[in-house]
Amino acid sequence: MATLVSHPDEVKVVSKRFGKGATAIGRYLELDGYKAVQKALTMAPDDIITMVKDSGLRGRGGAGFNTGMKWSFVPKQSSKPKYVLCNGDESEPGTCKDRLIFEHDPHSVIEGVMIAALAVGSQKGYIYIRGEYRYLSVIMQQALRDAYARGFLGKNIFGSGRDLDIYWHGGAGAYEVGEESALMESLEGKRGIPRIRPPFPAVVGLWGGPTVINNAETLASVPHIILGGAQWYAGLGPAKNGGTRLFCLAGHLNRPGVYELPMGYNLKKMIYEVGGGIPNGKKLKAVVPGGSSTPVLLENEIDISMDFDSVMKAGSMLGSGGVVVLDESTCIVKFALRTMKFYQHESCGWCIPCREGTDWLKKTLIRFHNGGGVKKDIDNMQYLSENMLGRTFCPLGDAAAMPMIAFVKKFRKEFEDHLEGRPCPFEKEGRVEELPVLTH
Amino acid sequence: MKFSDNFEARFADMLTHYPTKRSVLVPTLLYAQDEVGCLSDEVVHEIASRLELTELDVRNVISYYSMLTTKPRGKYNVQVCTNIACMLRGGEELLEHCEKRLGIGHKGTTPDKQFSLEEVECIGACSWAPAVQVNYDFYENLTPEKLDQVLEGYKQSG
Repeated sequence: MATLVSHPDEVKVVSKRFGKGATAIGRYLELDGYKAVQKALTMAPDDIITMVKDSGLRGRGGAGFNTGMKWSFVPKQSSKPKYVLCNGDESEPGTCKDRLIFEHDPHSVIEGVMIAALAVGSQKGYIYIRGEYRYLSVIMQQALRDAYARGFLGKNIFGSGRDLDIYWHGGAGAYEVGEESALMESLEGKRGIPRIRPPFPAVVGLWGGPTVINNAETLASVPHIILGGAQWYAGLGPAKNGGTRLFCLAGHLNRPGVYELPMGYNLKKMIYEVGGGIPNGKKLKAVVPGGSSTPVLLENEIDISMDFDSVMKAGSMLGSGGVVVLDESTCIVKFALRTMKFYQHESCGWCIPCREGTDWLKKTLIRFHNGGGVKKDIDNMQYLSENMLGRTFCPLGDAAAMPMIAFVKKFRKEFEDHLEGRPCPFEKEGRVEELPVLTH
Repeated sequence: MKFSDNFEARFADMLTHYPTKRSVLVPTLLYAQDEVGCLSDEVVHEIASRLELTELDVRNVISYYSMLTTKPRGKYNVQVCTNIACMLRGGEELLEHCEKRLGIGHKGTTPDKQFSLEEVECIGACSWAPAVQVNYDFYENLTPEKLDQVLEGYKQSG
């Protein structure tokens, strides 16, 4: 069970029931649970969509697409059943927020899926939880059974005459399955190989039916918007970036933890005040602002508003809310190596630029970090990454290339310091990887 | 072959959740593995025939997911995360500590079949790093000493 933290600057919306026993349905009901879906049942589907659109809620999985807009792409009439799919395959390194939602407030996710289903005219929803989160699957399965037992799910929900089923589904270890088209493949019982788009899932998704896919935090935010109103939610953050976000503060910090802060909260303040600054009097070196796939920011680039548009303007991405802080003792080459090792491991191999690119980057970095690098490697890594961008079915290739380009561009000197067999300036003793390497 | 009543009840229930039988495959494989210890030839054959798939279909899926294995692991599978957030806070040291203590490397199993070791990718414990999962249980904010206590506990429980 993950430890909860808090800070006075927090604005608790999604996390307002954390630590309050809301996994029990009775307690959830006491804390305004299932009121939003009952309100939604009295609303026209288009009004629900407009409300969510106006709230400025954007995808919390990383892409940051306007949620209401996404819902509006689902055709009104469809010969095939429509589906809602909750993406709880949280696996982006640096990200551990959906875990807390499932652990402390599983019914809010169920309620969010229900409202999404009402908005798009679907009668079936799935909540996909990564395989490693077994204890959360147990919690979710119980929550669903409780919701069925109360008549909130199944036939004639809340006596409305509408039928709605929601099921749990589990993964078995795969980062790539967090990508929406691979997620659908996995739910259909296949390897998580991404699908080409268009057609987008809103038109052709699960078993060929129109499908809405949203991140767990996105869906858990929806009931609060229905009850609090679009204007209230939009007003919590800057323009076009409504609401709050669960920021996962990790790395070299005195008080790491998951904090719910308004969209647009200053990154520097987040690190030094909320996260308690860097331990042992060390200096900040760099920040990965939104999970491992987002380009690294330098110490002089972090006085920014943490909303999708501002972080984009600063040359990175808000991503999944995973803020990883690196102090001055961190070797960027090694950090880049660990990042690329991850993407190489997770690449499904379907698209050649990603399969070969991540492997080359990993191998080059291993050799490089161990003192066997040559100057041309630095340009080659950048060139290779630039040629992966936009050339794959799913964004995994981009997710590897984007941070790599930033590491090389922003820390070229540090890469050069590893050249010609010189020892890694940060390592007491070299950690030897699986490839044959020059000694330090 | 025989699975537990729990498994059968869940399996029968899950089949009613989807328009295709195949959709239950991934979670079913994981639950089967938890009961049998690994996805043996017998398990693969059984699941394939239940879902009207070829064994090749099933094996193709198994090979994709990192948690699924056709080879037995130890009773306690110690999964050490060394991904970025854990690496910054000592994940690699924990892995080395486990390697020394258990006398095995990545994907190795102790001769008494009690422990296996795996270096894993991000397990979603970044704010509580470094973290280790033993089977499905999370252990967070670890130091080598705390991890020793965890492993000792498993050792004692046999």
